[in-house]
Amino acid sequence: MTSPKRVGKIEFGLLSPKEIRKMSIRKIIWADTYDDDGFPYPQGLMDLGLGVIDPGLRCKTCDQKASDCPGHFGHIELAKPVIHVGYTRLIRKLLRVTCRSCSRMLLSPSDIDKILGPDDLRSENISEKDIKKERVCPHCGEQQLKINFEKPTTFSEIMTDVNGRKIDHKLTPADIRARLEKIPDDDLLLLGINPKVARPEWTILTVLPVPPVTMRPSIILENGQRSEDDLTHKLVDIIRINQRFKENQDAGAPQLIIEDLWELLQYHLTTYLDNEVAGCPPARHRSGRPLKTLSQRLKGKDGRFRGSLSGKRVNFSSRTVISPDPNLSIGEVGVPLAIANEMSVPVRVTPFNLEEIRFMVLTGPDRKLLSEPCGANYAIRPDNRRVRLSDQNTETVAEMIEPGWTVDRQLRNGDIVLFNRQPSLHRMSIMSHRIVLMEGKTFRLNPAICPPYNADFDGDEMNLHVPQTEEARAEAYILASVQENILSPRFGGPIIGGIHDHISGIFLLTHELRWFTKSEMISLLRFTHLTHLPPADRVDENGMQYWSNKQVFSMILPDGLNMFFRASSCVNCDTCLKEDCERDAYIRIIDGKLLSGTIDKKAIGAFDGTILQRIIRQYGLARGVQFIDDVTKLSIRAIMLDGFSFGIDDEDLTRTEYGQIEEVLESASQDVNRRIKIYQDGQLEPMPGRTLEETLEMQIMQVLGKARDRTGEIAGRHLGLSNSAVVMAVSGARGSMLNLTQMAGCLGQQSVRGERIVRGYDERTLPHFKKGDRGAEAHGFIKNSYKSGLNPTEFFFHAIGGREGLVDTAVRTSQSGYLQRRMINALQDLKVAYDGTVRTTGGRIIQFKYGEDNTDPSKSCFGEPVDVKGIVENILKEEV
Amino acid sequence: MVMGMSTTFNVLDHVMVPDHQIMSEEEVAVLLSTYTITQDQLPKMYHDDPAVKSIGANMGDVVKITRKSQTAGKAESYRLVVKRPKK
Repeated sequence: MTSPKRVGKIEFGLLSPKEIRKMSIRKIIWADTYDDDGFPYPQGLMDLGLGVIDPGLRCKTCDQKASDCPGHFGHIELAKPVIHVGYTRLIRKLLRVTCRSCSRMLLSPSDIDKILGPDDLRSENISEKDIKKERVCPHCGEQQLKINFEKPTTFSEIMTDVNGRKIDHKLTPADIRARLEKIPDDDLLLLGINPKVARPEWTILTVLPVPPVTMRPSIILENGQRSEDDLTHKLVDIIRINQRFKENQDAGAPQLIIEDLWELLQYHLTTYLDNEVAGCPPARHRSGRPLKTLSQRLKGKDGRFRGSLSGKRVNFSSRTVISPDPNLSIGEVGVPLAIANEMSVPVRVTPFNLEEIRFMVLTGPDRKLLSEPCGANYAIRPDNRRVRLSDQNTETVAEMIEPGWTVDRQLRNGDIVLFNRQPSLHRMSIMSHRIVLMEGKTFRLNPAICPPYNADFDGDEMNLHVPQTEEARAEAYILASVQENILSPRFGGPIIGGIHDHISGIFLLTHELRWFTKSEMISLLRFTHLTHLPPADRVDENGMQYWSNKQVFSMILPDGLNMFFRASSCVNCDTCLKEDCERDAYIRIIDGKLLSGTIDKKAIGAFDGTILQRIIRQYGLARGVQFIDDVTKLSIRAIMLDGFSFGIDDEDLTRTEYGQIEEVLESASQDVNRRIKIYQDGQLEPMPGRTLEETLEMQIMQVLGKARDRTGEIAGRHLGLSNSAVVMAVSGARGSMLNLTQMAGCLGQQSVRGERIVRGYDERTLPHFKKGDRGAEAHGFIKNSYKSGLNPTEFFFHAIGGREGLVDTAVRTSQSGYLQRRMINALQDLKVAYDGTVRTTGGRIIQFKYGEDNTDPSKSCFGEPVDVKGIVENILKEEV
Repeated sequence: MVMGMSTTFNVLDHVMVPDHQIMSEEEVAVLLSTYTITQDQLPKMYHDDPAVKSIGANMGDVVKITRKSQTAGKAESYRLVVKRPKK
């Protein structure tokens, strides 16, 4: 293998007509492709010298087979020069900076020196801005004219005639080419063009290269008809017009016809190069589909760069719908048998595994039951020939295999695979799992690993890739396994943890004090890793044993864990009552025993999980995985103990509350009217920096906001922890008290861009209101709740507010997606070197210390390199 | 530097502008050898950067920038002064 080499420089140049003729193998003059017998015309677009695409034939130029012949260029001699659309801006610039008569740059040598600046700060190039428009040439004294450029390819000079009127004089490509030819080499160098590789007149085509047939192959349809590539179609057009142009020219046709043909030829060449130019109707196929010409092959998402070079399709991958299975460990993934049978891992045959592999080959490719051992799909001989295994040949192949062969073994339990959900926004979007074969047709995953993938089960699909070498498997397991990714490098906390019902369940289990009998204990802890029950906390007079709910949770905690913190349900009282907290929100864990407090989102939730974070720091990743598995299983059993459901009558309040809510809203409405009155009387004092109207609006918003919150308080007083929605809001499982307010109390003010709804008709939002009405109802305040139901105007305002939210998310996702793409492109090759610096591949330093403190955030404690408080508390066994 | 009604002021006096120091040749040599890099592998800053102008650094000088850091408290960075390329 050759050693890698450093790229010194890259030179961008233009193909000269000379070069085009030199590389051409044939001059193409016929617009047709094949004759009636299906044989290509010599000197036609499918000339046999341009390369072969039919297998079996040999190339007339290089005498190679279709697989080896790279194809060869031909050329078309254009009747008249034509502008290349890709270089119109360069042409415009050159026309504007050079003299129309002598073609020298419109600067005297002294001007040039002035622009380039003093020697030590000398800049390389002169730009278009450095040359003033409409002036006299310093070399020949010619008065310069303004050059007008009209998209896509028209250039003209603006002249002033004897009457002082301005007239547009069109420049033909031939005129332009003549001017560009005369520009001296020295002037070009100053303009940043190297005349050795790119003379400007080469941007005006006199001869057109015809690409080899290998890059525009024709396809043969079922009915035997040939269908040509879009490029071939376009080339046919160009040749046809070119021939007609030549004939007319030779016959001495009138100037008008010549100009028309010239323009037509220009159009065809323009669309051949780029079919999406502004100001030029795209060339279309007979069916009306725009042709995919040269530039369209390269551009965009499915173009050559993003579609074929950066993005590739892979084998050994599968995709299907995902569904939840709480009985799996978080590091596992359930794979349907049909997929496991199709996908394989290559295994080398050695004397040590010969018998085992012979048995796999004998089993063959059809595995019908989960319990059956895995079979094999292919056997690969030492000479790399593949033998597909089928029911017929398993026995003969099994006889033949010996060390040196390789066998593609089907997947089996415990194989390592990479699991991925798009969009892959962070590294946790691809993690390695161990597979568990399953019935059904979906991938199964533990709901606790939904947060890093951002997955749910409303029809999401995920991809699975099978690493094919030992190194790939090792890398997948060591770097990308689920347990390595529990702690997020974004904030140094766990990104995997309990979600939804896990949190509600563990909250219900650990809240206050409860006692469980032995059978309840066993039912709760059945699916955790525990094997023995601890001694009971309490034995009653009949000898019945009881365990406390806190003890149940303590059993899945590691021994020796000491922690003190406040739960999500903590409301930050002014003076903390600690253990005597009436919400049981003060958590005290000493020696792995939960002594007080309720476990909720703050303790075990994804993104928060302080207990989880601590277990991983203190006991390692494997213990962390076990804790997640245990806590999720325990909480699911716990939530099933009492059951957990929510219905429409959970939003019911009593008549007293409804009365109070009515009162609050009524007084708020009056307050609003009172303030409007003050404003109308001209008595309102404006707030600093605000107009009167703004002040009024702010006051109204404030009054109505308060009123909404008051209704929430009233509703919250009635709905206690016996209400499922309250449990979910307080524990942090899902929803908030605001959602509850909106369901039971009052929906509140709907807004657009943070203001009350004002749009609609003249001086009013809807015809239901009087013009100029500034009242609460007229501008989108909703007195009703979701339970009581919205009236028509309220419903309409709610739809307005809701739509804004939808538009926002749609805009945000597309914008952040593009931002992400640019960030990744800019930063993808940076790495942390062994000396702690962040460097590019070229060894250039970006940061002298990674993150300025050399700390890996995923090894930190929520961003802090050392968890001082945690360590001290762990030793003192009391809160500091 | 003339203060008062003048619209110009020394950018280095602004609270958000970190400390800039021109490094001596010996310091630069030590810096390059500790990171085993060549001068052009250093981060760059332009010769017309207001901070560069106010400390009087020239092209080819290496400037030590000491700034407050959220993570490390105080962080040092080194930049090579180069010419601003023309657009």
